[in-house]
Amino acid sequence: MDRRATFWFLYFPPLLWLGAFFLIPLLLMVAYSFRADMHGSFFQLWQPSLAQYEKLIATGSYWRLLGVSSLMAMVISVTAVILSYPIAYFLAFYGRERAGFYLVLLLVPFWTSYLLRVMAWKIMLGTEGVINSFLIYTHVIQQPLTALLYNRNAVILTLIYVWIPFVTLPILAALQRIDISLFEAAADLGARPIHQFLRITLPLSLPGVFAAFFMVFIPTVGEYVTPLLVGGSRGSMYGNIIQDFFTKAANWPFGSAMSMVMLLGTLIMVGLATRLINLRDFLE
Amino acid sequence: MTTFRNSFPLKSYYFGLIALLYLPIAVLFLFSINSNTFLSFPLQGLTLNWYEKLFASDALLRSARNSLVVALGSSLAATLLGTMVSLLMMRYQFRSKGLLVAMAVLPLIVPYIVLAVALLLLFSVLKIDRSLLTVGVAHTVVALPYVLLIVASRLAGFDINIEDAAMDLGANYPTTLRRIVIPMIAPAMVSAWLTAFTVSFDEFALALFLAGTQPTFPVYLYGQLRFASRLPIMIALAVLMMIGTLTLVLIAERVRRVK
Repeated sequence: MDRRATFWFLYFPPLLWLGAFFLIPLLLMVAYSFRADMHGSFFQLWQPSLAQYEKLIATGSYWRLLGVSSLMAMVISVTAVILSYPIAYFLAFYGRERAGFYLVLLLVPFWTSYLLRVMAWKIMLGTEGVINSFLIYTHVIQQPLTALLYNRNAVILTLIYVWIPFVTLPILAALQRIDISLFEAAADLGARPIHQFLRITLPLSLPGVFAAFFMVFIPTVGEYVTPLLVGGSRGSMYGNIIQDFFTKAANWPFGSAMSMVMLLGTLIMVGLATRLINLRDFLE
Repeated sequence: MTTFRNSFPLKSYYFGLIALLYLPIAVLFLFSINSNTFLSFPLQGLTLNWYEKLFASDALLRSARNSLVVALGSSLAATLLGTMVSLLMMRYQFRSKGLLVAMAVLPLIVPYIVLAVALLLLFSVLKIDRSLLTVGVAHTVVALPYVLLIVASRLAGFDINIEDAAMDLGANYPTTLRRIVIPMIAPAMVSAWLTAFTVSFDEFALALFLAGTQPTFPVYLYGQLRFASRLPIMIALAVLMMIGTLTLVLIAERVRRVK
Protein backbone atom coordinates (compact mmCIF):
# COMPACT_ATOMS: atom_id res chain seq x y z
CA MET A 1 0.00 0.00 0.00
CA ASP A 2 2.69 2.51 0.97
CA ARG A 3 4.49 1.43 -2.18
CA ARG A 4 1.67 3.01 -4.17
CA ALA A 5 1.82 6.21 -2.14
CA THR A 6 5.56 6.38 -2.78
CA PHE A 7 4.88 5.87 -6.45
CA TRP A 8 2.78 9.01 -6.72
CA PHE A 9 5.35 10.92 -4.73
CA LEU A 10 8.07 9.86 -7.17
CA TYR A 11 5.87 10.15 -10.24
CA PHE A 12 4.37 13.62 -10.17
CA PRO A 13 7.39 15.94 -9.81
CA PRO A 14 9.37 14.65 -12.81
CA LEU A 15 6.22 14.20 -14.91
CA LEU A 16 5.08 17.76 -14.27
CA TRP A 17 8.56 19.21 -14.77
CA LEU A 18 9.28 17.39 -18.03
CA GLY A 19 5.74 17.93 -19.24
CA ALA A 20 5.88 21.66 -18.59
CA PHE A 21 9.43 22.35 -19.71
CA PHE A 22 10.08 19.74 -22.38
CA LEU A 23 6.91 18.30 -23.91
CA ILE A 24 4.70 21.41 -23.89
CA PRO A 25 7.39 23.71 -25.34
CA LEU A 26 7.88 21.28 -28.23
CA LEU A 27 4.12 21.09 -28.77
CA LEU A 28 3.99 24.88 -28.71
CA MET A 29 6.62 24.89 -31.41
CA VAL A 30 4.49 22.51 -33.47
CA ALA A 31 1.51 24.83 -33.01
CA TYR A 32 3.53 27.89 -33.94
CA SER A 33 4.78 26.29 -37.11
CA PHE A 34 1.16 26.10 -38.34
CA ARG A 35 0.56 29.81 -37.88
CA ALA A 36 0.38 32.04 -40.92
CA ASP A 37 1.97 35.02 -39.11
CA MET A 38 2.80 36.37 -35.67
CA HIS A 39 -0.18 38.69 -35.35
CA GLY A 40 -2.55 38.34 -32.43
CA SER A 41 -2.23 36.71 -29.03
CA PHE A 42 -1.24 33.09 -28.86
CA PHE A 43 -4.37 32.19 -26.95
CA GLN A 44 -6.73 33.49 -29.57
CA LEU A 45 -7.76 30.72 -31.89
CA TRP A 46 -6.24 30.95 -35.31
CA GLN A 47 -6.77 29.21 -38.59
CA PRO A 48 -4.11 26.47 -38.93
CA SER A 49 -2.06 27.22 -41.98
CA LEU A 50 0.55 25.38 -43.98
CA ALA A 51 1.96 28.69 -45.22
CA GLN A 52 5.30 28.32 -43.40
CA TYR A 53 5.88 24.81 -44.67
CA GLU A 54 4.93 25.82 -48.20
CA LYS A 55 7.43 28.67 -48.05
CA LEU A 56 10.08 26.37 -46.61
CA ILE A 57 9.56 23.69 -49.24
CA ALA A 58 9.59 26.28 -52.03
CA THR A 59 12.86 27.87 -50.91
CA GLY A 60 15.74 25.85 -52.27
CA SER A 61 18.45 27.64 -50.30
CA TYR A 62 17.20 26.25 -46.96
CA TRP A 63 17.26 22.71 -48.26
CA ARG A 64 20.72 23.28 -49.68
CA LEU A 65 21.88 24.54 -46.30
CA LEU A 66 20.33 21.53 -44.57
CA GLY A 67 22.13 19.36 -47.11
CA VAL A 68 25.42 21.18 -46.54
CA SER A 69 24.99 20.89 -42.76
CA SER A 70 24.34 17.15 -43.05
CA LEU A 71 27.33 16.76 -45.33
CA MET A 72 29.53 18.67 -42.88
CA ALA A 73 28.25 16.50 -40.03
CA MET A 74 29.00 13.43 -42.16
CA VAL A 75 32.58 14.54 -42.87
CA ILE A 76 33.11 15.44 -39.22
CA SER A 77 31.77 12.19 -37.81
CA VAL A 78 33.47 9.90 -40.33
CA THR A 79 36.84 11.65 -39.87
CA ALA A 80 36.50 11.64 -36.09
CA VAL A 81 35.69 7.91 -36.13
CA ILE A 82 38.64 7.08 -38.40
CA LEU A 83 41.06 9.15 -36.31
CA SER A 84 39.75 7.68 -33.06
CA TYR A 85 39.74 4.01 -34.03
CA PRO A 86 43.50 3.48 -33.61
CA ILE A 87 43.31 5.25 -30.25
CA ALA A 88 40.55 2.92 -29.06
CA TYR A 89 42.52 -0.04 -30.43
CA PHE A 90 45.62 1.08 -28.58
CA LEU A 91 43.71 1.56 -25.32
CA ALA A 92 41.92 -1.77 -25.62
CA PHE A 93 44.88 -4.00 -26.44
CA TYR A 94 48.09 -2.21 -25.51
CA GLY A 95 47.10 -0.02 -22.56
CA ARG A 96 47.60 -2.82 -20.04
CA GLU A 97 47.78 -1.54 -16.46
CA ARG A 98 48.14 2.02 -17.71
CA ALA A 99 44.94 1.92 -19.81
CA GLY A 100 42.96 3.81 -17.19
CA PHE A 101 45.50 6.62 -17.09
CA TYR A 102 45.71 6.82 -20.89
CA LEU A 103 41.94 7.05 -21.06
CA VAL A 104 41.74 9.87 -18.52
CA LEU A 105 44.51 11.71 -20.37
CA LEU A 106 42.42 11.47 -23.52
CA LEU A 107 39.20 12.58 -21.84
CA VAL A 108 40.54 15.60 -19.95
CA PRO A 109 40.27 17.89 -23.00
CA PHE A 110 36.71 16.68 -23.50
CA TRP A 111 35.84 17.52 -19.90
CA THR A 112 37.10 21.07 -20.18
CA SER A 113 34.65 23.69 -21.34
CA TYR A 114 33.30 23.17 -24.83
CA LEU A 115 33.01 26.89 -25.48
CA LEU A 116 36.62 27.40 -24.43
CA ARG A 117 37.96 24.76 -26.75
CA VAL A 118 36.11 26.41 -29.60
CA MET A 119 37.47 29.78 -28.45
CA ALA A 120 40.94 28.31 -28.45
CA TRP A 121 40.59 27.49 -32.13
CA LYS A 122 39.45 31.02 -32.82
CA ILE A 123 42.65 32.27 -31.22
CA MET A 124 44.66 29.73 -33.19
CA LEU A 125 43.14 30.38 -36.62
CA GLY A 126 42.59 34.17 -36.62
CA THR A 127 44.55 36.58 -38.84
CA GLU A 128 46.51 37.65 -35.76
CA GLY A 129 46.25 34.13 -34.42
CA VAL A 130 48.82 31.64 -33.32
CA ILE A 131 49.19 29.77 -36.59
CA ASN A 132 49.55 32.91 -38.71
CA SER A 133 51.98 34.67 -36.42
CA PHE A 134 54.01 31.49 -36.10
CA LEU A 135 54.21 31.05 -39.88
CA ILE A 136 55.18 34.70 -40.34
CA TYR A 137 57.74 34.45 -37.55
CA THR A 138 59.33 31.44 -39.24
CA HIS A 139 59.15 33.25 -42.63
CA VAL A 140 57.03 30.57 -44.23
CA ILE A 141 54.56 33.26 -45.27
CA GLN A 142 54.75 37.07 -45.46
CA GLN A 143 51.08 38.00 -45.28
CA PRO A 144 48.68 36.41 -42.75
CA LEU A 145 46.41 33.77 -44.24
CA THR A 146 42.82 34.95 -44.00
CA ALA A 147 41.39 31.69 -45.25
CA LEU A 148 41.93 29.89 -41.93
CA LEU A 149 39.05 31.32 -39.93
CA TYR A 150 35.40 32.11 -40.71
CA ASN A 151 34.54 29.41 -43.19
CA ARG A 152 33.20 25.87 -43.25
CA ASN A 153 36.63 24.26 -42.99
CA ALA A 154 37.27 26.03 -39.69
CA VAL A 155 33.95 24.65 -38.38
CA ILE A 156 34.80 21.13 -39.55
CA LEU A 157 38.31 21.22 -38.09
CA THR A 158 37.12 22.57 -34.75
CA LEU A 159 34.31 20.04 -34.40
CA ILE A 160 36.53 17.08 -35.30
CA TYR A 161 38.88 18.28 -32.58
CA VAL A 162 36.03 18.64 -30.09
CA TRP A 163 34.59 15.17 -30.75
CA ILE A 164 37.66 12.91 -30.95
CA PRO A 165 37.91 11.97 -27.25
CA PHE A 166 34.19 11.29 -27.03
CA VAL A 167 34.12 9.15 -30.18
CA THR A 168 36.76 6.84 -28.77
CA LEU A 169 34.51 5.65 -25.95
CA PRO A 170 31.92 3.52 -27.81
CA ILE A 171 34.61 2.02 -30.08
CA LEU A 172 36.67 1.15 -27.02
CA ALA A 173 33.63 -0.43 -25.37
CA ALA A 174 33.03 -2.61 -28.44
CA LEU A 175 36.68 -3.67 -28.69
CA GLN A 176 36.83 -4.57 -25.02
CA ARG A 177 33.84 -6.85 -25.42
CA ILE A 178 35.58 -9.05 -27.98
CA ASP A 179 36.41 -12.50 -26.64
CA ILE A 180 40.20 -12.76 -26.61
CA SER A 181 40.13 -16.49 -27.28
CA LEU A 182 38.94 -15.64 -30.80
CA PHE A 183 42.35 -14.13 -31.54
CA GLU A 184 44.09 -17.23 -30.25
CA ALA A 185 41.85 -19.45 -32.33
CA ALA A 186 42.53 -17.37 -35.43
CA ALA A 187 46.27 -17.43 -34.79
CA ASP A 188 46.19 -21.20 -34.23
CA LEU A 189 44.40 -21.63 -37.52
CA GLY A 190 47.13 -19.63 -39.22
CA ALA A 191 45.49 -16.27 -39.81
CA ARG A 192 47.99 -13.51 -40.39
CA PRO A 193 47.67 -10.38 -38.17
CA ILE A 194 46.12 -8.29 -40.91
CA HIS A 195 43.54 -10.98 -41.61
CA GLN A 196 42.82 -11.32 -37.92
CA PHE A 197 42.10 -7.62 -37.86
CA LEU A 198 39.97 -7.53 -41.01
CA ARG A 199 38.03 -10.74 -40.32
CA ILE A 200 37.60 -10.62 -36.55
CA THR A 201 38.43 -7.37 -34.82
CA LEU A 202 36.95 -4.93 -37.30
CA PRO A 203 33.61 -6.72 -37.87
CA LEU A 204 33.12 -7.28 -34.14
CA SER A 205 33.84 -3.64 -33.37
CA LEU A 206 31.41 -2.30 -35.98
CA PRO A 207 28.53 -1.78 -33.52
CA GLY A 208 30.82 0.56 -31.59
CA VAL A 209 31.84 2.31 -34.78
CA PHE A 210 28.21 2.88 -35.78
CA ALA A 211 27.33 4.06 -32.28
CA ALA A 212 30.23 6.50 -32.37
CA PHE A 213 29.15 7.76 -35.77
CA PHE A 214 25.60 8.51 -34.67
CA MET A 215 26.70 9.99 -31.35
CA VAL A 216 28.59 12.63 -33.33
CA PHE A 217 26.42 12.97 -36.41
CA ILE A 218 23.13 13.64 -34.62
CA PRO A 219 24.25 16.53 -32.40
CA THR A 220 26.49 17.97 -35.14
CA VAL A 221 23.69 18.48 -37.67
CA GLY A 222 21.96 20.67 -35.10
CA GLU A 223 25.09 22.57 -34.17
CA TYR A 224 24.91 26.37 -34.09
CA VAL A 225 27.49 27.53 -31.53
CA THR A 226 30.68 26.46 -33.30
CA PRO A 227 29.63 28.03 -36.64
CA LEU A 228 28.73 31.18 -34.71
CA LEU A 229 32.23 31.43 -33.25
CA VAL A 230 34.59 30.14 -35.93
CA GLY A 231 32.35 29.84 -38.99
CA GLY A 232 31.28 33.42 -39.53
CA SER A 233 28.71 34.12 -42.24
CA ARG A 234 30.40 31.81 -44.74
CA GLY A 235 30.42 28.92 -42.29
CA SER A 236 26.77 29.07 -41.21
CA MET A 237 24.85 25.88 -40.63
CA TYR A 238 21.12 25.17 -40.60
CA GLY A 239 20.94 25.84 -36.86
CA ASN A 240 22.25 29.38 -37.37
CA ILE A 241 19.36 30.19 -39.70
CA ILE A 242 16.89 28.96 -37.08
CA GLN A 243 18.64 31.21 -34.58
CA ASP A 244 18.35 34.17 -36.99
CA PHE A 245 14.61 33.67 -37.45
CA PHE A 246 14.13 33.80 -33.69
CA THR A 247 16.43 36.76 -33.07
CA LYS A 248 17.25 39.13 -35.92
CA ALA A 249 14.43 38.28 -38.34
CA ALA A 250 11.86 37.68 -35.58
CA ASN A 251 9.79 35.36 -37.73
CA TRP A 252 8.91 32.76 -35.14
CA PRO A 253 6.37 30.73 -37.13
CA PHE A 254 8.87 30.19 -39.92
CA GLY A 255 11.68 29.47 -37.44
CA SER A 256 9.37 26.93 -35.78
CA ALA A 257 8.72 25.21 -39.11
CA MET A 258 12.48 25.03 -39.71
CA SER A 259 12.98 23.61 -36.21
CA MET A 260 10.32 21.00 -36.91
CA VAL A 261 12.21 19.82 -39.98
CA MET A 262 15.35 19.55 -37.89
CA LEU A 263 13.56 17.75 -35.07
CA LEU A 264 11.95 15.24 -37.43
CA GLY A 265 15.27 14.67 -39.20
CA THR A 266 16.93 14.03 -35.84
CA LEU A 267 14.24 11.60 -34.74
CA ILE A 268 14.52 9.70 -38.03
CA MET A 269 18.29 9.43 -37.53
CA VAL A 270 17.76 8.16 -33.98
CA GLY A 271 15.25 5.62 -35.26
CA LEU A 272 17.77 4.47 -37.83
CA ALA A 273 20.51 4.29 -35.21
CA THR A 274 18.46 2.16 -32.84
CA ARG A 275 17.68 -0.28 -35.66
CA LEU A 276 21.37 -0.67 -36.50
CA ILE A 277 22.76 -0.94 -33.01
CA ASN A 278 21.66 -1.84 -29.54
CA LEU A 279 22.08 1.56 -27.85
CA ARG A 280 21.84 -0.03 -24.43
CA ASP A 281 25.27 -1.58 -24.93
CA PHE A 282 26.82 1.85 -24.95
CA LEU A 283 25.01 3.46 -22.06
CA GLU A 284 27.48 2.81 -19.34
CA MET B 1 46.76 -12.15 -27.52
CA THR B 2 46.80 -9.02 -29.59
CA THR B 3 46.90 -8.83 -33.31
CA PHE B 4 49.91 -6.64 -33.94
CA ARG B 5 53.05 -7.45 -32.02
CA ASN B 6 54.75 -4.10 -32.38
CA SER B 7 52.83 -1.46 -30.44
CA PHE B 8 55.20 1.40 -31.21
CA PRO B 9 53.30 2.95 -34.17
CA LEU B 10 50.04 2.90 -32.25
CA LYS B 11 51.64 4.31 -29.16
CA SER B 12 53.26 7.18 -31.05
CA TYR B 13 49.97 7.87 -32.80
CA TYR B 14 48.24 8.03 -29.43
CA PHE B 15 50.75 10.46 -27.95
CA GLY B 16 50.82 12.56 -31.13
CA LEU B 17 47.08 12.97 -31.01
CA ILE B 18 47.16 13.71 -27.29
CA ALA B 19 49.67 16.49 -28.00
CA LEU B 20 47.34 17.95 -30.63
CA LEU B 21 44.39 17.73 -28.24
CA TYR B 22 46.24 19.63 -25.53
CA LEU B 23 47.71 22.23 -27.86
CA PRO B 24 44.66 24.58 -27.97
CA ILE B 25 44.31 24.33 -24.21
CA ALA B 26 47.97 25.24 -23.81
CA VAL B 27 47.38 28.17 -26.18
CA LEU B 28 44.55 29.41 -23.97
CA PHE B 29 46.73 29.17 -20.90
CA LEU B 30 49.56 30.99 -22.65
CA PHE B 31 47.13 33.66 -23.80
CA SER B 32 46.08 34.30 -20.20
CA ILE B 33 49.64 35.00 -19.06
CA ASN B 34 50.78 36.78 -22.22
CA SER B 35 51.41 40.50 -21.75
CA ASN B 36 50.01 41.45 -25.17
CA THR B 37 46.29 41.43 -25.98
CA PHE B 38 46.83 39.07 -28.86
CA LEU B 39 49.01 36.02 -29.02
CA SER B 40 51.80 36.32 -31.53
CA PHE B 41 55.29 34.97 -31.89
CA PRO B 42 57.76 35.70 -30.49
CA LEU B 43 56.03 36.15 -27.13
CA GLN B 44 56.55 39.68 -25.79
CA GLY B 45 56.55 38.81 -22.13
CA LEU B 46 54.62 37.02 -19.45
CA THR B 47 52.39 38.56 -16.83
CA LEU B 48 49.86 37.70 -14.13
CA ASN B 49 48.30 41.09 -14.71
CA TRP B 50 45.13 39.69 -16.30
CA TYR B 51 44.48 37.51 -13.31
CA GLU B 52 44.74 40.53 -11.03
CA LYS B 53 42.54 42.64 -13.26
CA LEU B 54 39.75 40.11 -13.44
CA PHE B 55 39.02 40.53 -9.75
CA ALA B 56 38.36 44.20 -10.40
CA SER B 57 35.84 43.58 -13.17
CA ASP B 58 32.40 43.60 -11.56
CA ALA B 59 30.34 42.60 -14.59
CA LEU B 60 32.65 39.68 -15.25
CA LEU B 61 32.52 38.43 -11.68
CA ARG B 62 28.76 38.85 -11.64
CA SER B 63 28.45 36.65 -14.72
CA ALA B 64 30.64 34.03 -13.04
CA ARG B 65 28.42 34.18 -9.97
CA ASN B 66 25.34 33.83 -12.21
CA SER B 67 26.80 30.68 -13.73
CA LEU B 68 27.51 29.31 -10.28
CA VAL B 69 23.96 30.00 -9.05
CA VAL B 70 22.37 28.44 -12.15
CA ALA B 71 24.64 25.41 -12.02
CA LEU B 72 24.00 24.82 -8.31
CA GLY B 73 20.23 25.17 -8.59
CA SER B 74 19.76 23.22 -11.80
CA SER B 75 22.10 20.40 -10.78
CA LEU B 76 20.27 19.88 -7.48
CA ALA B 77 16.87 19.88 -9.21
CA ALA B 78 18.13 17.56 -11.95
CA THR B 79 19.61 15.14 -9.42
CA LEU B 80 16.38 15.02 -7.43
CA LEU B 81 14.10 14.59 -10.46
CA GLY B 82 16.48 12.24 -12.28
CA THR B 83 16.78 9.98 -9.24
CA MET B 84 12.98 9.84 -9.02
CA VAL B 85 12.74 8.76 -12.66
CA SER B 86 15.49 6.14 -12.17
CA LEU B 87 13.65 4.64 -9.20
CA LEU B 88 10.42 4.50 -11.20
CA MET B 89 12.23 3.03 -14.19
CA MET B 90 14.05 0.30 -12.29
CA ARG B 91 11.54 -0.54 -9.52
CA TYR B 92 8.03 0.01 -10.86
CA GLN B 93 5.83 -1.16 -13.69
CA PHE B 94 3.21 1.30 -14.86
CA ARG B 95 1.41 2.22 -18.03
CA SER B 96 2.96 5.62 -18.76
CA LYS B 97 6.49 4.37 -18.04
CA GLY B 98 7.52 4.54 -21.67
CA LEU B 99 6.38 8.14 -21.99
CA LEU B 100 8.09 9.26 -18.79
CA VAL B 101 11.40 7.57 -19.59
CA ALA B 102 11.27 8.89 -23.17
CA MET B 103 10.70 12.45 -21.93
CA ALA B 104 13.60 12.06 -19.52
CA VAL B 105 16.04 10.70 -22.12
CA LEU B 106 15.08 12.68 -25.22
CA PRO B 107 16.66 15.99 -24.11
CA LEU B 108 19.95 14.19 -24.80
CA ILE B 109 18.95 13.79 -28.45
CA VAL B 110 16.85 16.84 -29.33
CA PRO B 111 19.18 19.51 -30.79
CA TYR B 112 19.83 22.31 -28.32
CA ILE B 113 18.78 24.93 -30.84
CA VAL B 114 15.35 23.28 -31.11
CA LEU B 115 14.95 23.02 -27.35
CA ALA B 116 16.16 26.60 -26.94
CA VAL B 117 13.59 28.08 -29.32
CA ALA B 118 10.83 25.86 -27.93
CA LEU B 119 11.50 27.12 -24.40
CA LEU B 120 11.76 30.67 -25.70
CA LEU B 121 8.26 30.22 -27.17
CA LEU B 122 6.95 28.84 -23.87
CA PHE B 123 8.30 31.67 -21.77
CA SER B 124 7.13 34.34 -24.17
CA VAL B 125 3.63 32.85 -24.43
CA LEU B 126 3.44 32.73 -20.63
CA LYS B 127 4.95 36.25 -20.49
CA ILE B 128 7.70 35.08 -18.15
CA ASP B 129 10.74 37.36 -18.32
CA ARG B 130 13.96 35.67 -19.25
CA SER B 131 16.32 35.40 -16.30
CA LEU B 132 18.66 33.03 -14.49
CA LEU B 133 15.55 31.09 -13.51
CA THR B 134 14.63 30.34 -17.12
CA VAL B 135 18.21 29.26 -17.86
CA GLY B 136 18.15 27.05 -14.76
CA VAL B 137 14.91 25.41 -15.88
CA ALA B 138 16.43 24.60 -19.28
CA HIS B 139 19.61 23.24 -17.71
CA THR B 140 17.61 21.01 -15.40
CA VAL B 141 15.92 19.46 -18.44
CA VAL B 142 19.18 18.77 -20.30
CA ALA B 143 21.07 17.52 -17.22
CA LEU B 144 18.31 15.10 -16.24
CA PRO B 145 19.25 12.36 -18.76
CA TYR B 146 22.80 12.23 -17.41
CA VAL B 147 21.48 11.80 -13.86
CA LEU B 148 19.06 9.12 -15.03
CA LEU B 149 21.77 7.11 -16.79
CA ILE B 150 24.23 7.30 -13.89
CA VAL B 151 21.74 6.52 -11.11
CA ALA B 152 19.81 3.84 -13.05
CA SER B 153 22.98 1.92 -13.83
CA ARG B 154 23.80 1.93 -10.12
CA LEU B 155 20.30 0.68 -9.30
CA ALA B 156 20.64 -2.06 -11.90
CA GLY B 157 23.84 -3.18 -10.21
CA PHE B 158 22.42 -3.96 -6.83
CA ASP B 159 20.29 -6.82 -5.63
CA ILE B 160 16.58 -6.10 -5.34
CA ASN B 161 16.33 -8.90 -2.73
CA ILE B 162 17.91 -6.57 -0.20
CA GLU B 163 14.86 -4.34 -0.48
CA ASP B 164 12.52 -7.31 -0.15
CA ALA B 165 14.44 -8.45 2.92
CA ALA B 166 14.05 -5.03 4.52
CA MET B 167 10.33 -5.10 3.85
CA ASP B 168 9.98 -8.67 5.17
CA LEU B 169 11.63 -7.45 8.34
CA GLY B 170 8.86 -4.92 8.73
CA ALA B 171 10.15 -1.74 7.13
CA ASN B 172 7.59 0.06 5.03
CA TYR B 173 8.57 1.18 1.54
CA PRO B 174 9.49 4.80 2.32
CA THR B 175 11.70 3.58 5.15
CA THR B 176 13.29 1.01 2.86
CA LEU B 177 14.00 3.78 0.36
CA ARG B 178 15.45 6.04 2.99
CA ARG B 179 17.48 3.49 4.91
CA ILE B 180 18.51 1.01 2.21
CA VAL B 181 18.11 2.27 -1.34
CA ILE B 182 19.21 5.90 -1.00
CA PRO B 183 22.41 5.03 0.91
CA MET B 184 23.22 2.40 -1.71
CA ILE B 185 22.85 4.80 -4.63
CA ALA B 186 24.32 7.80 -2.80
CA PRO B 187 27.70 7.64 -4.60
CA ALA B 188 25.90 7.59 -7.95
CA MET B 189 23.76 10.53 -6.88
CA VAL B 190 26.82 12.55 -5.90
CA SER B 191 28.50 11.69 -9.18
CA ALA B 192 25.33 12.57 -11.09
CA TRP B 193 25.06 15.86 -9.23
CA LEU B 194 28.64 16.83 -10.12
CA THR B 195 28.05 15.83 -13.74
CA ALA B 196 24.86 17.89 -13.88
CA PHE B 197 26.75 20.81 -12.36
CA THR B 198 29.42 20.75 -15.07
CA VAL B 199 26.81 20.28 -17.81
CA SER B 200 25.16 23.51 -16.70
CA PHE B 201 28.25 25.48 -15.76
CA ASP B 202 29.63 26.07 -19.24
CA GLU B 203 26.43 25.55 -21.24
CA PHE B 204 26.06 28.26 -23.87
CA ALA B 205 23.59 27.21 -26.59
CA LEU B 206 20.51 27.34 -24.35
CA ALA B 207 21.72 30.16 -22.12
CA LEU B 208 22.21 32.52 -25.08
CA PHE B 209 18.49 32.31 -25.84
CA LEU B 210 17.18 32.25 -22.30
CA ALA B 211 19.46 34.43 -20.16
CA GLY B 212 17.89 37.78 -21.04
CA THR B 213 19.61 40.58 -19.14
CA GLN B 214 21.34 38.27 -16.67
CA PRO B 215 24.19 36.69 -18.63
CA THR B 216 25.90 33.57 -17.39
CA PHE B 217 29.65 33.51 -17.89
CA PRO B 218 29.65 31.87 -21.35
CA VAL B 219 27.01 34.34 -22.59
CA TYR B 220 28.94 37.28 -21.15
CA LEU B 221 32.16 35.96 -22.71
CA TYR B 222 30.42 35.74 -26.07
CA GLY B 223 29.13 39.30 -25.76
CA GLN B 224 32.63 40.59 -24.99
CA LEU B 225 34.32 38.88 -27.94
CA ARG B 226 34.06 42.08 -29.99
CA PHE B 227 36.43 43.85 -27.61
CA ALA B 228 39.85 42.36 -28.25
CA SER B 229 41.39 44.22 -25.32
CA ARG B 230 39.03 42.48 -22.88
CA LEU B 231 39.80 39.02 -24.16
CA PRO B 232 42.84 38.15 -22.01
CA ILE B 233 40.92 38.91 -18.81
CA MET B 234 38.03 36.74 -19.97
CA ILE B 235 40.36 33.91 -20.85
CA ALA B 236 42.12 34.24 -17.48
CA LEU B 237 38.83 33.69 -15.68
CA ALA B 238 37.96 30.93 -18.12
CA VAL B 239 41.20 29.14 -17.30
CA LEU B 240 40.44 29.32 -13.59
CA MET B 241 36.93 27.97 -14.22
CA MET B 242 38.28 25.24 -16.45
CA ILE B 243 40.52 24.06 -13.63
CA GLY B 244 37.52 24.13 -11.30
CA THR B 245 35.26 22.14 -13.63
CA LEU B 246 37.97 19.63 -14.35
CA THR B 247 38.49 19.01 -10.65
CA LEU B 248 34.76 18.39 -10.26
CA VAL B 249 34.66 15.97 -13.19
CA LEU B 250 37.61 14.02 -11.89
CA ILE B 251 35.97 13.80 -8.46
CA ALA B 252 32.70 12.70 -10.12
CA GLU B 253 34.51 9.91 -11.98
CA ARG B 254 36.21 8.81 -8.73
CA VAL B 255 32.96 8.74 -6.81
CA ARG B 256 31.13 6.90 -9.57
CA ARG B 257 33.63 4.06 -9.43
CA VAL B 258 33.18 3.61 -5.67
CA LYS B 259 31.80 0.13 -5.20
